[in-house]
Amino acid sequence: MKQKLVVIGNGMTPGRALERVFDADPDAYDVTIFNAEPRVNYDRIMLSPLLSGEKTYEEIIIHGDGWYIDRGIMLYKGFKVDHIDRKARIVYSGDDESAEYDKLLIATGSNPIVIPVPGHDKQGVVTYRDYDDVEAMLWATQRGQSAVVIGGGLLGLEAAAGLAMQGMKVTVVHLMPTLMERQLDPAAGHLLQKAVEDRGITVLTEANTKEILGGPSVEGVLLDDGTELAADLVVMAVGIRPSVSVAEEAGLEVNRGVVVDNRMRTSDPNILAVGECAEFENDVYGLVAPLYQMANVAAETLLGDRTGKPFEKQVLATQLKVTGIDLYSAGDFEGGDDREEIVLRDARRSIYRRLVIAENKLIGTVLYGDTANNSWYLQLIRDGDDISDFRDTMMFGPGYADGQSADVAVASLPDEVEICGCNGVCKGTIVSAINEHDLSTVDEVRTYTKASSSCGTCTGLVEQLLTLTLGDDYKPKAADAVCACTDLGHDDVRRLIEVQRSQTIPDVMQSLHWKSSEGCAKCRPALNYYLLSTWPGVYEDDQQSRFINERVHANIQKDGTYSVVPRMWGGVTSADELRAIADVVDKFEIPTVKLTGGQRIDMLGVRKEDLPAVWADLGDAGLVSGHAYGKALRTVKTCVGSEWCRFGTQDSTGLGVRIEKFMWSCWTPAKVKMAVSGCPRNCAEATCKDVGVVCVESGYEVHIGGGSGLTVRQTELLCKVASEDEVMEIVAAVVQLYRLQGHYLERMYKWLVRVGFESIKESVVDDPERRKELYDGFVYSQSFSQRNPWSERVNGVDAHEFQPLAELDLVEVV
Amino acid sequence: MGASEWRLIGNLADIPRSGARRVRIGEVEVGVFRTANDQLFALEDVCPHLGGPLSEGIVHGNSVTCPLHNLVIDLESGQSVDPKPKCVRSCMIRLEGDQVFLSNPDLHELASKRLS
Repeated sequence: MKQKLVVIGNGMTPGRALERVFDADPDAYDVTIFNAEPRVNYDRIMLSPLLSGEKTYEEIIIHGDGWYIDRGIMLYKGFKVDHIDRKARIVYSGDDESAEYDKLLIATGSNPIVIPVPGHDKQGVVTYRDYDDVEAMLWATQRGQSAVVIGGGLLGLEAAAGLAMQGMKVTVVHLMPTLMERQLDPAAGHLLQKAVEDRGITVLTEANTKEILGGPSVEGVLLDDGTELAADLVVMAVGIRPSVSVAEEAGLEVNRGVVVDNRMRTSDPNILAVGECAEFENDVYGLVAPLYQMANVAAETLLGDRTGKPFEKQVLATQLKVTGIDLYSAGDFEGGDDREEIVLRDARRSIYRRLVIAENKLIGTVLYGDTANNSWYLQLIRDGDDISDFRDTMMFGPGYADGQSADVAVASLPDEVEICGCNGVCKGTIVSAINEHDLSTVDEVRTYTKASSSCGTCTGLVEQLLTLTLGDDYKPKAADAVCACTDLGHDDVRRLIEVQRSQTIPDVMQSLHWKSSEGCAKCRPALNYYLLSTWPGVYEDDQQSRFINERVHANIQKDGTYSVVPRMWGGVTSADELRAIADVVDKFEIPTVKLTGGQRIDMLGVRKEDLPAVWADLGDAGLVSGHAYGKALRTVKTCVGSEWCRFGTQDSTGLGVRIEKFMWSCWTPAKVKMAVSGCPRNCAEATCKDVGVVCVESGYEVHIGGGSGLTVRQTELLCKVASEDEVMEIVAAVVQLYRLQGHYLERMYKWLVRVGFESIKESVVDDPERRKELYDGFVYSQSFSQRNPWSERVNGVDAHEFQPLAELDLVEVV
Repeated sequence: MGASEWRLIGNLADIPRSGARRVRIGEVEVGVFRTANDQLFALEDVCPHLGGPLSEGIVHGNSVTCPLHNLVIDLESGQSVDPKPKCVRSCMIRLEGDQVFLSNPDLHELASKRLS
C-alpha cells in the first residue's frame, strides 16, 4: 500500500520537493496538501513584477490545478493546519478536516513582521508577502494616490517601485541612514537612493514611524520628528519571521525556526521541515536557491535515498528585482579588521563593485549597476579558492583572470559554476543538456534544466551558453529550422517543394519526413504560403492552415472581437465611403473608430457574427477588404503630390492608387507596406516602407527594404526610372522575387539583408529578362488571387466561421 | 441514453476537419474540435493563459494553438504543452452516426464553475 504524505504549506519549496518525489517515483506516496492560501503553487519571486504590472497571475503559476489532479494530490486550498497529533499521526485543520500521515512535511513559511505602532491594524495597512497582499495593494492603487512603504530593504524597495509604476505617489520610510544598509556601504546606498528617487519615489532615511493615522482606514503616517505623511496605503516591509506555531504546539524542537538535520528531519523522524520555517545549524534561509536545495534533500529523504549530498550551510546571494536597477550581493560583506576590500566606483555610470577578501579568499561581494559577473564571484566565494594569482584583475571579471578578454567570460567559467541561482543549475548541466537533447532555444533549456525559469535574470547567460555550445551548428540547424517538426530550413523546404513538385501540405510532410503527423501552428501556415506562391492556380489554399485573421479576414482582438479596415486606395476616400462607415459604426454599435498609420480607418470591437453583415453594408458603398489582417499588401500611403501641393513633382496620389489597385490581395511572406511621396520632402514617409517611391522632377526613385516597427531601418535606393509604367514593372518584380525567396514571416528588409541588396538589384534592375519574367509571374498569380474576400463571405463562403455550431439553453438534468 | 443526458449540437460535417466550431450554452462557450482523423474533443473555449478563443486556433494533431499568444493545448487532456501546464475544463462528447452530442451534466458543471 502506498504511504501517506501530508504537506503543510504549498509554497515553492514543498512544490519543488513534490516535483522531485513524483519525478523519481510516481507511486511512492498518496499526497495531501493543506494550503492556508486559497490557491495553487505560484512563483513568489515574481510578486514584484506582478505588483508593477509586468506579469499577470496566470504567468507566475508554477503548478496549475491540472498538475495536482494528474498526480492524484488532494489539495486543500485555504485550509490552515492548527494541530498535529504526533501519536496518532493525524493533522487537523479546524474541526472538519483531517488527514493521516506516514510522513509529514512542514513548510509553513514565514510571517511578515508588523510593527506594533498605534494604528497598525487599520484598513489599508498591508504587508508584502503573498498574492493577497499584492491584490490589496493593487486595489489600493485604484482608489488612492499616495502610499507609504515602511522599510527600505529589498522587499520595501521592490514594493515601492511596483506601486510607483502603478502610478502612486510613494514615500519610503527607512529607519537607518542609508538604504539596504545590510547589503550596501553608505556610498552605494546613496547611488541606490538616487536611482530610487529618479523613479519619482521619495526616500526618508533615519525616519521612525510613531503612529499610523486615520479612522477605520489609514489616512497617514506620523513620524517621530513630527512629520505627517498622507497615505491611502501603508506597506510594512520590515522583515519576516519563521512561522512555527503549529510545529511548536506539536512539541517539535523549535528555535527561531523548526530545527532540522542535514536530511531535513525534525526532532520527530517522521516529520520533515523545509523552506523559510526550517532552521539548519542556527541559520534560517529565505532565498529560493538554498530553499530549493532543501527541497531536493527532503525529496531524497522521503524516497529513502541517501546517495545525494546532505544539506550544507549555504552562501547567501540576493538580487533586487526592480526593473532597471541591478543590485546583487553575496556572502559576507561586512567590513572588519581582518578583511580587505577592493572597491570600484564610477558614480557617473552608476557602477559600484565591492569585493571583500579575507586570508586570500573572496568571502563576499556587492555589485551595483553591472552585475554581469555575479555567478563567477559567487562560485569563488563558495569554493574558497586562493585568489592571489588574479587578485589584481579579479574586479574585471573571469575573462581577465585567465589573461583573456572579457568577451569570453562565459566560455572561461568552469562547469561547476552556478548559472541559475534560483534553481541551482550549473554551467555543466546546461551544456550537457544542450548536447544530449539537441536544445537550441532558451525555452528548451528551461524545459530540460529549469535554468532561467524562475526570476529570469540569467537568461542572457543561458543564451551565451547556447551560442558557445552550438557554435557553428547554432545557425544553420537550429535558428533556421522551420519549426520543431523538421530539421530543414525555410530555403530547403522551398527548394524541395519545387524540385519534388509537392502540391499539398501532406505531400510535403511525407516527402520531407516531417517529424509530426500534421505539423504545428508554425509550419502549417508557412507550408501553405510556400505552396500557394509556388503553384499559383494549382494549389488549393488550406483554410485550416491559416491563422484565424486570414481565415475570417479581420483582426482578432484581445477580447475575441475583431477589427475591420476597409481599403482606401492610396489613402483617398470620399463622402460616400465615410458616410457608409459612419452608418456601419452606428448600426453595429462598433465601440472604437481609429485612424491607422497607413491612412486607413479601423473599426474595432466588431462581433464575429456581425462581420459578414458589416462587410455587406461596406460593400454596398464600394468598400473592399483592406487586408489589414494578412501577410499581404497592406497599404500604399501617399501624399497629395502635384495635383495640390506646391512642391509636388509628380502625381504621387495617382501613382499610389495605381500601384494599390494592381497589387492588392496578393499573399506575401509577411506584411508589405508601401508609400509614394510626391517630392523628396517625403511626406508619405516612403523611405521607411517595404517599398517606397519618391517622386523627383526627372522621374521616380524606387526604394526597398525599409521598416519602422520592431526594427527601424531606412530603405535602400534600388533604381531611378522615368515613367510610371516602369515603376509598376520594377515594384511588381521586386515583390514577386520576395514572394519567391522570402521565408514565411520574414519582412522584406530582413530578406534584403539575408540575400543581399546586390542580388536583388541584379535580378530586378540589371537583368531585363529576369525582371519581365518576375513581372509576368506576379501578374499570373494575381489573376487567381485578386478578389475581394469580404464579398465572397457576404455571399456565403465559409459561413461556418462566423456562426456558432449551436446555441443551446441550459436545461435541467432529469 | 436519456435525452436529458446528452445534447445534440449538430452534424459531424458541420465541423471542418482539422478545425473547430463554437457552441454556446447560456453563458458558457465550448469549443468543439475535430482532428484530421475525425476524433472529436470539447473544451471550454477559454485559453487558460489570457482567455483567448481556442476554437479559433490552428488544430494540429491532437492539439490546438491559441490564436492570441500561441499557447498549445493538448485536446485530450486539456493541458497546455509546456513545463508549467495549465488546464482547460473539458466536456464529454460523443458521435452517434453523423450526430454530435455534448454531455449535459458536464455543461452544467462548466456553467456552475463559470458562475462561481
